[in-house]
Amino acid sequence: MFEWIHQVPILSVITYVPLAGALVVIFGMKSENSGGIRRFATGVALLDFLISVPLWFEFEPAGELFQFRESASWIPSIGVRYEFGIDGIALLLVLLTTLLGVISFLSSWSAIKEREKEYYVFMLLLQTGMLGVFMALDFFLFYVFWEVMLVPMYFLIGIWGGSRKLYAAIKFFLYTLVGSVLMLLGILALYFYNAGGLLGYEGLGNPRTFSILQFHEIGSQIPGELQWWIFLAFFVGFAIKVPMFPFHTWLPDAHVEAPTAGSVILAGVLLKMGTYGFVRFSLPILPQGTWELLPWMVALSLIGIIYGALVAMAQKDMKKLVAYSSVSHLGFVMLGIFALNTAGLNGGILQMINHGLSTGALFLLVGVIYERRHTRMISEYGGISSKMPLYATVFLVITMASIGLPTLNGFVGEFTILVGAFNRTWWWALVGAVGIVLGAAYMLWMFQRVFFGPLTNPENENLEDLDRRELLYLMPLVILCFWIGLYPKPFFAVLEKPVDYIVRKVDADYAAAVATLPAAGAETEEAR
Amino acid sequence: MRLLWLIPLLPFFGAFANGVLLRGRLSKKGVWMVACGSVLASLLVAVLAISGYLGSEHYAAGEPFEQQVYEWIPSGFLGIDDGTFADLSIEMGFLLDPLSCVMIFVVTFVGFWIHWFSVGYMDHEPGFQRYFTYLNLFMGMMLMLVLGNNFLVTFVGWEGVGLCSYLLIGFYYDQDFPPFAGRKAFIVNRIGDFFFLAAMFALVQRFGSLNYERVLGAIEHSPAAVQGTYVLGLSFAAFVALAIFGGATGKSAQIPLHVWLPDAMAGPTPVSALIHAATMVTAGVYMVARANVLFQLAPGISEVVAVVGALTAIFAATIGLAQTDIKKVLAYSTVSQLGYMFLACGVGAYGAAIFHLMTHAFFKGLMFLGSGSVIHAMGGEQDMREMGGLRAHMPWTYRTFLVGTLAIAGVPGLAGFFSKDQILASTWASSKLLWIVGLVTAGLTACYMFRLLFMTFHGEFRGTPEQRDHLHESPPSMTVPLIVLAAGAAVSGYVGIPRLGRFDVNVFDHFVGRVVAHVGAGHEHHASVALELGLMALSVAMAAAGIWLAWHYYGGDRGLAEGERWAARLPRLHRLLANKYWVDEAYDKTVVRGTWASARALFRFDSGFIDGFLVNGSRNVTVATSVLSGFFDKYFVDGAVNLVGWLSQAGSRFFRGLQTGLVSQYALVVAIGTAVLVWFYIVVRLGG
Repeated sequence: MFEWIHQVPILSVITYVPLAGALVVIFGMKSENSGGIRRFATGVALLDFLISVPLWFEFEPAGELFQFRESASWIPSIGVRYEFGIDGIALLLVLLTTLLGVISFLSSWSAIKEREKEYYVFMLLLQTGMLGVFMALDFFLFYVFWEVMLVPMYFLIGIWGGSRKLYAAIKFFLYTLVGSVLMLLGILALYFYNAGGLLGYEGLGNPRTFSILQFHEIGSQIPGELQWWIFLAFFVGFAIKVPMFPFHTWLPDAHVEAPTAGSVILAGVLLKMGTYGFVRFSLPILPQGTWELLPWMVALSLIGIIYGALVAMAQKDMKKLVAYSSVSHLGFVMLGIFALNTAGLNGGILQMINHGLSTGALFLLVGVIYERRHTRMISEYGGISSKMPLYATVFLVITMASIGLPTLNGFVGEFTILVGAFNRTWWWALVGAVGIVLGAAYMLWMFQRVFFGPLTNPENENLEDLDRRELLYLMPLVILCFWIGLYPKPFFAVLEKPVDYIVRKVDADYAAAVATLPAAGAETEEAR
Repeated sequence: MRLLWLIPLLPFFGAFANGVLLRGRLSKKGVWMVACGSVLASLLVAVLAISGYLGSEHYAAGEPFEQQVYEWIPSGFLGIDDGTFADLSIEMGFLLDPLSCVMIFVVTFVGFWIHWFSVGYMDHEPGFQRYFTYLNLFMGMMLMLVLGNNFLVTFVGWEGVGLCSYLLIGFYYDQDFPPFAGRKAFIVNRIGDFFFLAAMFALVQRFGSLNYERVLGAIEHSPAAVQGTYVLGLSFAAFVALAIFGGATGKSAQIPLHVWLPDAMAGPTPVSALIHAATMVTAGVYMVARANVLFQLAPGISEVVAVVGALTAIFAATIGLAQTDIKKVLAYSTVSQLGYMFLACGVGAYGAAIFHLMTHAFFKGLMFLGSGSVIHAMGGEQDMREMGGLRAHMPWTYRTFLVGTLAIAGVPGLAGFFSKDQILASTWASSKLLWIVGLVTAGLTACYMFRLLFMTFHGEFRGTPEQRDHLHESPPSMTVPLIVLAAGAAVSGYVGIPRLGRFDVNVFDHFVGRVVAHVGAGHEHHASVALELGLMALSVAMAAAGIWLAWHYYGGDRGLAEGERWAARLPRLHRLLANKYWVDEAYDKTVVRGTWASARALFRFDSGFIDGFLVNGSRNVTVATSVLSGFFDKYFVDGAVNLVGWLSQAGSRFFRGLQTGLVSQYALVVAIGTAVLVWFYIVVRLGG
């Protein structure tokens, strides 16, 4: 039914539709026409989402690793090519990006009242940047998109943010910039090592290229010491994005100051850039560096889980609480990734999606009540479920998704992550699982203080429940939370191949064991 | 039997209808018809499934019936302990065997009558539809728990009933205490769930599966494989058994995680009957019985189970003696009876534990509903000191409550007698010390339950005149369930008549015994007839002593005076019991405050040290450096440039007379000067 998407460069179309929309807004629409801009921009995001949906149906889980490939020469002199393609991991993240795009545009209608033209232009540019990052298979191209998405986010926080917006925006920008520069050094080191010599290393003498797949191939040939350094350079870049303890303090500031849609995109998609980077680059390209730095990675992940949860408990501002909960949840994702086995990676990647859905929804929900009362302080509320029963119900479902209640998405992710971690080293999983207990503690404590008890604050007397537009953009997230919780199989199906690929790159034991099981693939085929 | 999946689905459908589809669009009648109807349908399907199973070749072959619904969590190849790779795939599926037969029958049967009771009880309450939504959701989750064919499906139900418990304890959400109690229950349960998760991780690592049949079958098949040292100096069986028991202590409110159950009484009373007496809290016992193979292979852990159970039983029973809130007494009684069940598990009498679970579901469910009837009549009053003499006003509530009290006290002929006796007899065979604890607990149980009965129903009414005028027997919608459950409490014991020598008609033990049969030999204890009868007589005597004691202090028209004199004579003991050994306070001072303090300290560390000192500090250093270097640029470097300029001017004045006219000489001077400047700038800027 969607065969036509094979006839067009579908990935480029998805990436540049928002850019085209942004150009139309800039040159074709007047600032005074804010209603028109709003509708047009949301329409563009919706269109982009609708174009991306066929990917889900046309993607062949058992087919090529990277599908919908596009390839063209770009800067031949230094071997830069325009390479697009998605595997199951990127597929899920692309769909998450376009979905959260529509939702965050819809949620902005009532939240953004000033300089709407610029706002929607930046939001559209941000979409293009993020989509490009997930699709690029050329490291140079990847870096370009990586930097492109930084700028709109900076302005979104800096212009439409809260009272300390400039501080937060500059902090966000500087932090990520430092990370990017180090990542660039890592990329250049790979580039030069692949092509020729580098700092006394002999190099491989291959044709000059930034091809990510080529780097995957040479991963095992890079000497250990060099791997260690490149891993470290990547680590700083990605760990800041994730964010891992102790590079996380930009996050609460950025979240608290960002407008709702900014927070949704930031938590839902931008943080995934970091974890995606580890999965796509660090693990398969630098297996030896990964193993050498593994204890540090796991230690920081576990600290992040517990530390994020405990600090979240002490928060008085709902958005800040959710921001610190992200530190804890992303700690789970990192733990899963660095379990370096299929269960861990499956869970870690699925949890990236889950976190995008449930934390995105939490920021939207906080935004809903912020628009009504202009405060996010927990102490300002209490007992509001009698005034907003529908809102309370949706909030409860999302809270439960976030704390990993079975039948909702968070559980499937956390469980597989911890199974993987336990399988690697038993006590990692047990330390991590403490985060599940603490997660229930801080989320339910917030929920109780906001929704339960007597309604004491007279300003909450006239709160209105969710309206249609709000329900419209929350419902898809709620439905997805249940879908992944009850029937995650299609998601695991698209992840099976890329996860197997990565684990084989990084874990020689696994590669050897799977190689001796030639029937294994066939068996699973039959089982299906 | 093929309709197994419908059993949990029907109540889910009821919840979905009341909670989402028809939310706010149904009359009260519509609401309860949907809710009760879905549970009744589930009960009927359960009965059909059980009878189908009993007539099937599965049952004849001693095998369970397994139904796979769909593949739920496939997560790829995972290296497992034996060095191979297993394709980890967890299915959504159900399992029917004698154990789950008993459980689904108890849950749907007692559940249905409690639903019925709720119709009358909740009639005046706001949130009628919300209440039944939660109650149906609970039924669905509880049935998932007992029907799951693998640990993870059970865990879905396990956490799901926790959620419903949270919602129903906090049902009166506009007050302060119920939401607090609900959250406390959820979090304490989560601590238990942590252990449950640990058990599952270990099982996956060892077997690459969580399916009961596969995992437990493999263990049964090669017991030696799970007895080598695993982690923490424990064998694999011990680690998993301990973790499962850890989960059970949370859900079934055993020491040290018992603290949530008494507070859970903040919920509506039928909820206490259904969730916090008859069904959910017994999930831990079910789980231990389900995994009994592991416990049998870990005798040390079984001892732990028995000791914790016995301690909880006597500990909660003593607290029950000093409580004045009618529901609190019943709550501690539940904790105590659950302890009894774990004692049975610990000594290897899993059949007796499940038997007691069933009889307890009847009589404790009955008494909670009875207390609900009383509270309803008293206009919400729960303090027994304000009651008294209610039997005249509420004959049916009194009669049925009396049946329940006699049953729990272990009076011969009623259900509790049979199950309790079986537990005590099994304990005797295993440990005399634990048997004494169990026996004393039996006496205490009879004592505090009759104290409750006397304080509530006998003597003179002590409440306000308004309350007296309001007293009435509850409507039939509430008394019918009482009568049905009373019948259950009276006769359900006869399925488990103790074996006396060759006289063996213990249907229940034979039925459940198919699941909880012993691994290996040496665990069968069959006491002689004389010993069996002697033990029975002792426990009856103990019950009689307890009843006599209660009568002595609270019976007849004695009112409260005698009891208060007793309390005054032993003020310290009374304070200790009335305050529940101050366990809540101790937890509050240590765990709760400790967590809070560390949360706040870490937040200060986060904003003060990491963000304040490191991040903003490095920003400040950078800013300061650039200010300094700007300053340096302006005064020093520029100054040097000016100096050179001045010098060259001076020089030119000096050299004016020496004009050589040689361009190369000028050029040389300029070049040297520039080089010096550049060198100087580079060294200072980058080196400094």
